[in-house]
Amino acid sequence: MKKKFKFRFSRRAFAYPYMIFLLLFVVVPLVIILINAFLDDAGKLTFDNFVEFFTDSGGGLTVLGNSLIIGLVTTLICLVIGYPCAYFLAKYHASNRVLVLLFILPMWVNFLIRTLSTKAIFMALDVDLGMGTVLFGMVYNYLPYMILPLHTTLVSIDHSYIEAAEDLGADKMTVFFKTIVPLSLSGIISGITMTFIPAISTFAISEILSSSKIFLFGDAINMHFSKTTNSFGVGSVMSLVMLVLVILSNLAVNLTSKDEEVKSAL
Amino acid sequence: MKTAFGILALSQIAANWLLAILVAVLAMQIAILAFVIVRRSDKTGKRRMRERVRSVEGRSPRQKISLRKLFARVCADGYLGLVLALLYLPILLIIVFSFSGTSRFSFTNGFTLDSYKSLFDPEQNAGLLDALKNTAVLAVSASVISTVLGAFSTIGIYALGKRLKKITLTVNQLPMINSEVVMAVSLMVFFAAFSAIFPQGMTRLIISHVAFCTPYVVLSILPRLQKMDPNMYEAALDLGANPFVAMIKVVFPYIMPGIVSGFAMAFTLSLDDFIITQFNKGDTGIETLSTYIYEDARVKSLEPFWFAVFSIFFVVMFTLLLLMNIKKVQKEAKQ
Repeated sequence: MKKKFKFRFSRRAFAYPYMIFLLLFVVVPLVIILINAFLDDAGKLTFDNFVEFFTDSGGGLTVLGNSLIIGLVTTLICLVIGYPCAYFLAKYHASNRVLVLLFILPMWVNFLIRTLSTKAIFMALDVDLGMGTVLFGMVYNYLPYMILPLHTTLVSIDHSYIEAAEDLGADKMTVFFKTIVPLSLSGIISGITMTFIPAISTFAISEILSSSKIFLFGDAINMHFSKTTNSFGVGSVMSLVMLVLVILSNLAVNLTSKDEEVKSAL
Repeated sequence: MKTAFGILALSQIAANWLLAILVAVLAMQIAILAFVIVRRSDKTGKRRMRERVRSVEGRSPRQKISLRKLFARVCADGYLGLVLALLYLPILLIIVFSFSGTSRFSFTNGFTLDSYKSLFDPEQNAGLLDALKNTAVLAVSASVISTVLGAFSTIGIYALGKRLKKITLTVNQLPMINSEVVMAVSLMVFFAAFSAIFPQGMTRLIISHVAFCTPYVVLSILPRLQKMDPNMYEAALDLGANPFVAMIKVVFPYIMPGIVSGFAMAFTLSLDDFIITQFNKGDTGIETLSTYIYEDARVKSLEPFWFAVFSIFFVVMFTLLLLMNIKKVQKEAKQ
């Protein structure tokens, strides 16, 4: 008994360095950001940063609004293009892993290389860099992130549900909208998060594909933390807003996946 | 429209016979390769499917497919092809026009290897080689450290009490779900606050890369560990192994697949990272491949030099990933 206890203790001890590491390099930095949000340049307690951001005197709120709109449009286009893709892949090519892989592979090629390539092509075609090109670049970049989770859930749908719906007299449209789409809800939600969060917070894509004309939330955070402006306070508030968005979207993912478990358990 | 690609470029391609043949051969080879890969992986699946259907229905499934179904299938395949084309068009165009020696997407100079020759020009490639070296050092050290750290701590986390385990795994998830920009600035501010302990340069970069790679390693090992029969470990102890030997000889071999895939994941993530590196590289002039591309190619337009670099990068990356995954698919097909 004594030996077992001793061993357990030693095995647990393997986790402690990593716990300290996480505390030091993940939790503490976020706490510092939180503290920074309440400090002014002289290091005194202040709420000015929040006031400046939420009254939009620095234009931060407008940027957030624009980013949310661009993020939403990107996500919507990705969903509209990606859902049929994932559906057809699951329906006709369920056994063909390589074809699925071909849709996911671009994810692993550096996004700067892909974005700069698209920019070069747009410039050669004499297309004006602006909203359209940024949206194209975003969709081009995040489409694989949408297809991957959608495909994972669609492939795992038990086919007997679909057969049951057909046996009970549902036509093709009804089967699709009342059976397949609700069953793939968790995939849809996680696909949306995987595109939406990076789309509003990325900073290079919009900068490259609009020649710095379009300014998104990620660009704004980047600017506030750069050496020249050095307004860490407002930047920290913006990071906190971003963090809240991340947590909210993650809650949505958790809720839907739990729902799913409850449903399958019933 | 300038002399871009499109019909104009196509006619120029056609004018240059040598090039036309080369492009055709290249395209055909890519098509054949893709076809062979797709067929091969399709076949095993189809055979299995057929056997399954046969066993259920007791007869061959080769029935007449209705014309409508066939049409639907062709439409679906067409759509998939269209999206694939969209995903790969920019990449293919860059590769094709890397042989033009210009960055204007036209073959006015004919077919040349000038862009590839410029790779060997020491004036142009000095920065790139330096960046490549930094990227390699960073990716290797970050992935090795995070794999070792991840492997040991997963075993530890698995043995933790319920509450502590839950807290650790939640915090472990933070770097994965968090927006990269927020993670990057928080680390930057942290390093700036404790700049005496963490000198600028590689140290900061390695720490930050380990911080965002290790969670993936942990999560790729943990499921494997959860599947393991705890009796196996106990049996080793009963047979006279001390805990350390039991761990090395029993636990580690069992979780090895998780460790390997975690390492591969960490390596690619570190190799691919831009945002976290950009914020934490400091003023020391350390550039990785991503940040060097960003600094150099963003300001100027894309030079022929970059066409060649990108093409090589695409080809190497795709071959590696395809080979890695095809092996995996074949292994699964065998089982």
